[in-house]
This record gives sequence, structure tokens and C-alpha cells, in this order.
Amino acid sequence: MADESLADRALAPASGIAVYDGRVTTWLALGYIFTLAWLPAGAWDALIMAALILWFVIGCGRIGLRLIWRRSLVAWPFALAALTLAIARPGEPIAQFTIGGQAFTVTDAGIVATATVMIKSWLSVQAVMALIATTHFSELLTALAALRLPPLLVMILGMAYRYLFILQDEALRMLRARDSRSAALPNRRAGRNLRWRATITGRMVGTLFVRAYERSERIYAAMLARGYDGQPLTTPPPSLRRIDYVLLIGGSAACIGLIIVAYT
Amino acid sequence: MWWQWIAERITLGLHIPDGFLHAPVALLWWLPTVIAVGVATRAVRQSLDDRAVPLMGVMAAFIFAAQMLNFPIAGGTSGHVLGGAFAAIVLGPWAGMIVMTCVIALQAILFQDGGIVAMGANIFNMGIATAAIGGWIARPLLTRNGSFTTNRLWIATVTAGAGWLSVMAAAALTSAQLVLSDLPAAIVFPAMLGVHAVIGIGEGLITAAAVLFLVTTRPDLLQANAPAGTSSARVAVIGLIIAAVTAAFAPLASPDPDGLERIAEDVGFIERATDAPYHMLPDYTIPWLGETPLSTILAGLIGVAVMIGLIWVIAALLRSRPPARS
Repeated sequence: MADESLADRALAPASGIAVYDGRVTTWLALGYIFTLAWLPAGAWDALIMAALILWFVIGCGRIGLRLIWRRSLVAWPFALAALTLAIARPGEPIAQFTIGGQAFTVTDAGIVATATVMIKSWLSVQAVMALIATTHFSELLTALAALRLPPLLVMILGMAYRYLFILQDEALRMLRARDSRSAALPNRRAGRNLRWRATITGRMVGTLFVRAYERSERIYAAMLARGYDGQPLTTPPPSLRRIDYVLLIGGSAACIGLIIVAYT
Repeated sequence: MWWQWIAERITLGLHIPDGFLHAPVALLWWLPTVIAVGVATRAVRQSLDDRAVPLMGVMAAFIFAAQMLNFPIAGGTSGHVLGGAFAAIVLGPWAGMIVMTCVIALQAILFQDGGIVAMGANIFNMGIATAAIGGWIARPLLTRNGSFTTNRLWIATVTAGAGWLSVMAAAALTSAQLVLSDLPAAIVFPAMLGVHAVIGIGEGLITAAAVLFLVTTRPDLLQANAPAGTSSARVAVIGLIIAAVTAAFAPLASPDPDGLERIAEDVGFIERATDAPYHMLPDYTIPWLGETPLSTILAGLIGVAVMIGLIWVIAALLRSRPPARS
């Protein structure tokens, strides 16, 4: 399952951005996504500039723009919901159609709103992908901790990340075991009715819960054995270098610039 | 098949991506989320002590993995559990909220399921609301004199109902947030609630089967995680959730999104309303700067500053109280 995410690429030596501090990349990515959220509908110049900035950064990081584009399609099915915006906004009517006796009018303002939402959504997903392709998850947590996220929550997130793929593998093994026990003839549905199938799945969820719970008890015992007393034992993150400050200021200026371009 | 993939993505339709919510709407929903997660973090630290990190961390990973356990429905589509109600029934409402918060955050960061700015809303819909239903509606009904009830039919009914209700609540909240961001209510509400009324049946069946499995095999686990947290904090969060849900549905009371303003104009008290002291930023502009772009930007900045200030003050209040044990 690990290959499903770009997180494994975080340590790829080819990445140029990886030499920068994880806090800088995290904060800039978050700032970029929050800036996108504030851009109004139809701010094409700002959106195009935002896209070019992001793609320039992705290009500099040698992450692979094509890979990012291919993976970024995950957000598009939800874009179907954005299509409804086309009929929701009042404006100049462009087309009309009827579904189930109710008339819908597509307006120019509606199409602008739909396109804006889709572009913003697509760019935000690419920014998150660029972030996790360049920043290791532990660095990301350091950046979030510096933003005053409760330390307990940061530690829980770190623990969850560590056991994520282990428990996913456990779930995959259970699914494989179920498949191997429920062979089906072609063109004949295997298993009983929906309720029965859901119940079996529910028992699998229960089994997985018991295994995970017992695993957490073993982990707790192991942590205690190594001297865990509820406090995180981490080396303090290194102070930011001059280049990090330059990048932070430059990135913030770019974000503010986008807002100014969009609203003037 | 591509259409199966799309269908599966639509059943994940509760993860709002970035770009869909208006920035003020998205930021507003961070507020109840931050409060609830802050209270939950304190409660979990008190009740679990230093067990909190391994237990909550592995449980978050468990929910993540449990969402992979799917079952075929029809036409190549499959259903799986959301897990918020189950986590809260088994571990308690606060622990359920922490677990679901971590799951949704990891999904957004690692797999781009759900947005970053929209994460506040997503955590509230799928984490806080579902855990509140499991923990504060189902759990009290399942507890008799401080121990878990043994009536299997009752357990099945309550847990299945809580599972279905949790999905419906999440779908209703998601729809409300989308409608507040100008998506048409006439399409969003019937589509989301219709699809999730069916998906919720799967959630209910899985939740009931999973809880019954635990009642049979490991009843000690259900007894071990006894209810925790002070009652006043519980009441506060319930009030918060009710307020948030009411706020979400308030604009829908009228078919016209600005119905209240319309009525105000008709009745003629719109002039008085604009004079009200709380109307500080009329139509998102600063009054003395007129309707210029600068005015809009400044109004936006003031709004963000107020939001950040509120969150900071609440976080400071939560932090200042000494923990019961350490």
C-alpha cells in the first residue's frame, strides 16, 4: 500500500527542495493553499500566476510534474459537485435544460464559478502532493508543532503514521483470506445477501480492532520498557538558516501578491 | 472500470476538497473543530495518561485500515465503514474524536482525500459529529448501571441506528457547508442525503456486527474503556454541536439564501439593522474606505485576525488549566 502515497519519495536524493527545512516547505504549502482559498471567482490572472508559481517550484524540486498531474486527478470526481454551481449563480443565461420537469439555466457567472472551484481544487491537491514529496512526515509534524498544535496530538499523529501501513497490510491479509475462502463461479454471485456480507465485514472490523488494541498494549509495554514517561524524546529542531528565512519571506510575498492581483 | 472508480469516489463524497468552500465558511468551521479537539485532547490525557499516545495512535491506524475492509454491494461498487460511531461506542466520545481527527488529517495530507483549508469542516462532519452520536447517544443507551448491556437485540438496534445516523449527520453537515458556499440546495441536499441514506445502512450493519463481535469475544475491552470526562465539558460540547448544526441549517429555512435580508427589506427594518453596532463590516467592506478592492482585502484580513484571535484565546484557556494527573 505504501506505493499509493508520495510519502516514500520524501527522501529521494534527486529532490532539490529536500535540502530546505521541512518547516519552510510545510508553512509555504499551507500558506499557498490558504491563499488559493481566498481568490475570488474569475480571478484568472491570479489563478494563472498561482499555477505557474506552483509548477515552477515543482519543476525546481524535480518531483516530476507529470506524476503530480496524473495523481492529482483524485480530486476530480468531486468536481462533479462543482458542475451544479453552473446553474446556481444568477447571471446571463447561456443554456437551458430540463430534468424531471424542472428547468435549469446555465449562466455565465455559474460557469466562471465552476471553473474557478475546479482550478483551485486541482492546484491545492498538487500543492499537498509537492509538499509530501519533498518533506518527510516527521518534519511535517515538527512544522505543525511549531504552529502550536497540542504536543499530545502531534505524538498521536506520529504514532498513527508509524502503524498506518502495518495495519493496512493486516487488513489486506484479511481481505485476501476472505477472497480465498469465497471462491465464485463465473457469472454467479458469491455469498449471500447484502446484510450477510455487511455482517461478515463487520466481524472483520471487530477482529481487526481486537488485533490493533492488543498491538497497542504491546507497544505501550515496549515504550515503558525503553523509559517512556509520557514526554516526547526528540532533539530540538535546528534553528532556521538565512536561506530558510529568504524562502519564507519570498513565498509570503508571492502569496500576498496573488491576493493583491486578484482583488485589484 | 472507470465508472466503478468514480462511484467509489462519490461514496467518499464526504471529504470536501479545497476550493469548494468559501474561505469564511471553511475558517468558521475550524472554530468548533478546534474547541472540540482541544477539549478531547485534555480529556484523553486525563483518562488514559501516558497510554494515550500508543492507544490513540494505533486506533487511528486501525480506523484507516478498517476503511479498506469493503464488501460488494452491486454493479461492482462496494461499501465500507466510516468508523466514527464505532470508535466512539467502543473507546468513548473523546477518544473517538481524537482518533477520527487523526484519520482525516492523515487522509488529507498523505492521500489528498479532503482538503487542507476544508479540513476543519471535514473533521467536524466525519469526526466530531459521528463520535458525538456514537458516544453521547448510543453509549448511554448501551450502558446499564455502569456496565455494558448484554441484550444482543438492543445492542444491534442501537449501534445500527447510531451508525446510520452518524453517516446521515455527516452528509447533512457536508451538504449544509456546500450550500453555504453557493452550491444549489435543491440538488445538493436530495443527492447527498439520498445516497448516504443507503450508504448509512452499510455503516449501521457493519457497526452493529463489529460491536456484537466484541460483546461475544472480548467483553472486557468494552468494560475497560469506561465513560470519562467531566459532565460540564460534555454539556458544553453537546451545546456547541447543536449550535453548529442549527447555524448550518439556519440559511435553509428559506428557499432564498438571503431570505432574512429580503424579509428585512420588505418589512422595512433593514435601515435599523445596518445601524446595529455588531454590523461592523457590512457586505465585507470597511465603511470609511467605500467599496474598493483595498476595503475588501482589509475586511478579509480583519475577519481572519478575529478568527485566529478567537482560536488562540480558546486554546490559551484550555492550556492554562492544570491537568489532573501528569
